[in-house]
Amino acid sequence: MNPISQLFKNKKERILNIYFTAGYPNLDDTTDIILSLQKAGVDLIEVGIPYSDPLADGTTIQDSSQTALHNGISLQLALDQIESIKDQVTVPLIVMGYYNQFLQFGMEQFVQRLVACGISGVIIPDLPMDYYESHYKELFQSNNIAVNFLITPETSPLRIQKVDQLSEGFIYMVSRSSITGAASDISDEQKQYFERISNMHLNTPRLIGFGIHDKTSFDMACQYVQGAIIGSAFIRYLKEYGVEGIGEFVDRIFDN
Amino acid sequence: MTNYKINKQGFYGKFGGAFIPEMLHANISNLQNQYLKIMEDPDFQRQFKKLLRDYVGRPTPLYFAERLSAHYNTQIYLKREDLCHTGAHKINNTIGQIILAQKLGKSRIIAETGAGQHGVATATVCALMGIECIIYMGEKDIERQAPNVSRMKMLGAEVRPAKSGSKTLKDATNEAIRDWIDNPVDTHYIIGSVVGPHPYPDMVARFQSVISEEIRYQLIDKTGKAYPDHIIACVGGGSNAAGAIYHYIEEKNCNIILCEAAGKGIDTDHSAATSILGSQGIIHGSLTILMQDQEGQITEPYSISAGLDYPGIGPLHAALIDGQRAEVHSVTDDEALKAGYQLSKLEGIIPALETAHAFAVLDKRSFDKDETVVINLSGRGDKDLKTYIAHL
Ligand SMILES: Cc1ncc(COP(=O)(O)O)c(C=O)c1O
Repeated sequence: MNPISQLFKNKKERILNIYFTAGYPNLDDTTDIILSLQKAGVDLIEVGIPYSDPLADGTTIQDSSQTALHNGISLQLALDQIESIKDQVTVPLIVMGYYNQFLQFGMEQFVQRLVACGISGVIIPDLPMDYYESHYKELFQSNNIAVNFLITPETSPLRIQKVDQLSEGFIYMVSRSSITGAASDISDEQKQYFERISNMHLNTPRLIGFGIHDKTSFDMACQYVQGAIIGSAFIRYLKEYGVEGIGEFVDRIFDN
Repeated sequence: MTNYKINKQGFYGKFGGAFIPEMLHANISNLQNQYLKIMEDPDFQRQFKKLLRDYVGRPTPLYFAERLSAHYNTQIYLKREDLCHTGAHKINNTIGQIILAQKLGKSRIIAETGAGQHGVATATVCALMGIECIIYMGEKDIERQAPNVSRMKMLGAEVRPAKSGSKTLKDATNEAIRDWIDNPVDTHYIIGSVVGPHPYPDMVARFQSVISEEIRYQLIDKTGKAYPDHIIACVGGGSNAAGAIYHYIEEKNCNIILCEAAGKGIDTDHSAATSILGSQGIIHGSLTILMQDQEGQITEPYSISAGLDYPGIGPLHAALIDGQRAEVHSVTDDEALKAGYQLSKLEGIIPALETAHAFAVLDKRSFDKDETVVINLSGRGDKDLKTYIAHL
């Protein structure tokens, strides 16, 4: 079984997935960040591969991506970094990036490298589901790499069913129709959306992401699904407190 | 000959498609399902044609350029899109899309702009219809196309600077897409060229196809010929070119000549000659040809002309070039400036810097004396005076 699916089987609630940008704040921080997050008790780690034109990301992740690219990060290097600590990593890893990066790398080679690096899943926000199904499903499935698709408040019920069928690890529930908006409390409208999805009784577990930034919003998300994803808030913290601050950041979310 | 018609999934052969994040899916799939239905509706067509005639000033003339023809010893006709209201072809598309946006029940319009021509054309139709309008424009372009920024503001639009990357058209497009993700319900995104996810390339090409529809009967009227021997247009994203060639794509005796911006030269790192410097990949939701590094990071382009300063081309053009249906030339800043000055002096027409690239082809290859050459004069140069004068 894929380690991500295994995780959702073993742990039914309060799964914390942390997103960070490879090569940020410093080029060589990637490995330290992964190991520190693991030590702090994070359940899943999403490694963002910086892209020049990250269409689906807000300003915090855009800025961190620019810095990381400036630092000299590349897909090749990020994978090398991950591979170098492969034997120490037990937390399932997910790679997030844009389709063009993997297309230029070569999709087959990319998947081979994921396997070699011990990576369990990918998120490719601009790879459409239908295209995945007709072009790459076989490739990812036969290599046991989970592909996690997104849904948003605008995704139709019919399409959600399809996402449910195709997603391997979890469904990434985008919490709201805003990528650039500031962190805020969860609104009634969002709660209705979370409830609507819960009532669909999907097979694939869900994680809520976008706008989750502290213990309150994490707890709120966990009332509806098995866990949540924190990205921008973590990157902002990392910028201010560096890798040494990671333990405290995670403790505050879990409230240990 | 390869078929250059778009298929149901939005591909011209291997180019096109809709590689978009899920956040845009509801809007894009709605557009995909609706655009042809709406555009083919007689009521839509009536409204569209009426505005093109009474508001834009169509048909635009097809003008025989006598002195230019004598200079190059061939028969040159100019399709006068510079005489459209607002000064460029861009308004053909924005008139179509604003009516479409209303049919879709949208109450807020966003757009990207490079040269500011598309921004002005969008601000204009929004003023016409009384709809809120936000234009994203690269910080660098806000500076070099200042007159158009003032026009947009006077027309009631808000101009938001795009500050990322090269601070030009690509980055303005990124910002507009992010705005749409943030405002999925009330907003329609009026893309200004034949780029972006399906159905935009096809939709914009159809709105611009009025250009070749007119050339066709005007040319028959003037020369008795069913098609020109050559048709020349500049290519940023490719909308004026798509419009000018639309009805001639299947006519294989009509040679298509596309002009890209070479900037300071294709062997410098200051260029926007996508078809030469680019390779296949994804930009703004479309599988096409773009300038990128080996890792798929999009390269920052350069051209003196803001409207051609884009690292991609529309998927239709990628297919035409890949299938060798189109001949491509790259034109440097200096060559374009020279061609702009020459047209001004020979014909009394100051072209946009974008358009000047198309005229530079006349110095790059020869045409027979009795060949008919149509050049799409996509826009006028008022906005570029500062740049022209600086290079006097
Ligand atoms: C006058 C003029 N011509 C051409 C272009 C390039 O765009 P496209 O290739 O879509 O025609 C622009 C873009 O701003 C323009 O203003």
